[in-house]
This record gives sequence, C-alpha cells and structure tokens, in this order.
Amino acid sequence: MAQNPLDQFKINRIVEIQAGGIDASFTNSAAWMVVALVVISAFMIMGMRQKSLVPGRWQSMVEMSYELVANMIKDTAGSEAQRYFPFIFSLFTFILACNLLGMIPYSFTVTSHIAVTFAMSAFVFIGVTIIGFARHGLGYTKLFAPEGASPILLVILIPIEIISYFIRPISLSVRLFANMMAGHTMLKVFAGFVISLGMAGIVPLAFMVALTGLEVIVAILQAYIFSILACIYLNDAIHLH
Amino acid sequence: MPQLEFADFAPQLVWLAITFGLLWILMARVALPRVSDVLLSREQRITNDLDAAERLNNEAQEALKAYETALAEARAKANALAVETRAKVQTEAEAAQAEAEARLAERAAEAEAQIQAARNEAMGNVREIASAAATGVVTQLLGDVPDDAALNAVLDAELANAGVN
Repeated sequence: MAQNPLDQFKINRIVEIQAGGIDASFTNSAAWMVVALVVISAFMIMGMRQKSLVPGRWQSMVEMSYELVANMIKDTAGSEAQRYFPFIFSLFTFILACNLLGMIPYSFTVTSHIAVTFAMSAFVFIGVTIIGFARHGLGYTKLFAPEGASPILLVILIPIEIISYFIRPISLSVRLFANMMAGHTMLKVFAGFVISLGMAGIVPLAFMVALTGLEVIVAILQAYIFSILACIYLNDAIHLH
Repeated sequence: MPQLEFADFAPQLVWLAITFGLLWILMARVALPRVSDVLLSREQRITNDLDAAERLNNEAQEALKAYETALAEARAKANALAVETRAKVQTEAEAAQAEAEARLAERAAEAEAQIQAARNEAMGNVREIASAAATGVVTQLLGDVPDDAALNAVLDAELANAGVN
C-alpha cells in the first residue's frame, strides 16, 4: 500500500460548519490547533498551580520558557517591546506546539500549510507596520533610506529596502511552511522505502530514526526563528534601525 | 498539493483565529501574569534575604568592634592599675626603708655617745691615776710632794702627746 507522501497534508472536514457564508468547518487541522491550545494552556497553567518560591521541575520548565521569550524580546527589541510579550510568547509556543505535535505519527502538522503560516506572518507584518507608523508617523519611511548613504546609492538602495520590507511576510511564512512540509514529506518517502525494500529496509529505517531527531530540532528551531524575526521586525518599528 | 486547495483556506484561517486568539487571551490574562508574579516575588525575597544578611553582617561587625573597644579599655585600665600599685608599693617601701635607716642612725648615735662617755670617763680616770702615780713616784724619789701646777702642766702635755683627750 504505497501512499502518496503528500496525503498527510490533506484537510479532512470532521464537522461541516457554515457561518455567514464562510466555510468554518472543523477540520483535522483545527483539531490539532485545539490540541496545541490545550497543551500549551495546560503546561503553563497547571505548571504554575503551586506558585512555589523554589520551583519544581514542571514549574522550572514554565519559568524557563517564560524567560527564554522574555530575554529574546529584551535582546532583540529592547525593553519597550515588553508590552508585546504576550503576543510573541503565544506565537512562539503555538508554532512550537504545532511543529512538535506534527512529529507524532498519524498526527497533522498545522504549520505545514502556507495558509496558516502566511496568516501569522501577515498578522505580524501588518501589526509591525501599524506600530511603526503609530510611533514615528511618516518618519517610519526613513526605514527605507539608510542613513549616511550617498544620494546616488539611495536610488538603488530605496527600491531594494522597499522590496525587502514587503517580502518579509512571504519569506517568514514560506520558511516555516517549507521546512515543515519538506521534512514530513521526506520522512514519508523514506517510510515507503522501509516497506518496499523488505529486509534491506533496515537501512532507510535507521536513516528515518536519525531524520526524526533532526526534524525535532528543526521544529524547535523554526518556531524560534519565526518569533525572533517577529521581534527583529518589531525592533525596526520601535527604534527605526 | 493539498496546501493549494483554496477551498480549505477559510476553515483553517477561521480556526487559526479562534485558537490563536484564545491562546493569546489566556496567556496574557491568566498564564503569564502568574509566572511574572512568582518571578517577581522570588526576586523580592532574594533581595530581602540579601539585605537581611548584610544587616546582620554589619551588626556582627559592630559587635566585634565594641568587643575590641571594651577589651582595649579593660587592658588600659589594668595597665594603669598596675602602674599605680607599683608606685604605691614603691613609695611605701621607700618610707619603710627611710624609717628603718633613721632608727638605725639614732641607735648608732646613741651607741656612739655611750662610747664617748665611757671613754671620757676612762680618760678622766687615767689622769687621776697618772696624777696619783706621778705624785707617788716623785714623793718616793724626792721625798717631797710635787707642785700641783707643775704636775698638771706635765700631765696635760703628756696626755696631749698620747693623743688622748
């Protein structure tokens, strides 16, 4: 039974819902989003149940995740960005949870869909642009003209800077989506080899074990990259380079 | 490619908005304030404990200083007392010595006077004996009692010659 390696990305409607002409069906993707929401909330809220002064293992992990994101924001975007901490934290934990939950066999990887990743990156992009104009007014467009550059150079630099600014949501979303999709597709292809090669299938199986470890690292790394880039864009909006 | 099924975009986006929005609210309102509360209270506790430790340390240092001052004072007091006692004892000893010396000198003078008196007496007797002997000898030799004045003059001269007074 050789399956198409892309079948794992199929959206299946579990409950058909139509709300105001919009298809709001509860799909397998939505189910795993809910799982991620429940897992993160349980991890964060149950871990802090005791609020002990000397934390246990679970509470330590909750505090470490808190401090990881807090330090990430402080280091890249400064202390003024602390008010966006809940958003960045939610973003990081949501992507991380979706990526890691996708590593469970027979599960669904929410972040392997460009619609989801682009929605998140577009939200970050629009939010950052609004913050930038709200803080600096039209002065925010100085972001496109690096200071100290000669006028001739500016003719070339301004279009490049504008393009690189508007390409941000695309690069941000494609990076995450492509990483997730490629990794899972590759795992599926090798899994197919395990069956079809018979006894020699032990070789692709060993490879898959190593690849699974790599994919876990990629899952964590991509969540980190997505949120740290969001912080860097936020830094541009707050400090103009 | 299932990712490009545009019909599937709407349900994904709707549920992304619902779940992510809920997560954002839960984190911002419930989960993160609890963590920051605990971290803040721990930081405060540590700062307080460090302050208390520093205060106690300062107190210990002060106590040590007070102890050292008291010790130095006691030592100085003891020293002064020793010096004073030594001086007193010395004065007393000197007084006793002077008294003893005075008594000895008195007794020596007394004894000397006694000796002098005995000697004078003895000298007086010598003159008498010498006078009697001289008178006797002269009378025996010359058969005549010697002239008192001449005898006295000779006696005086002889006695002076003998160094007896």
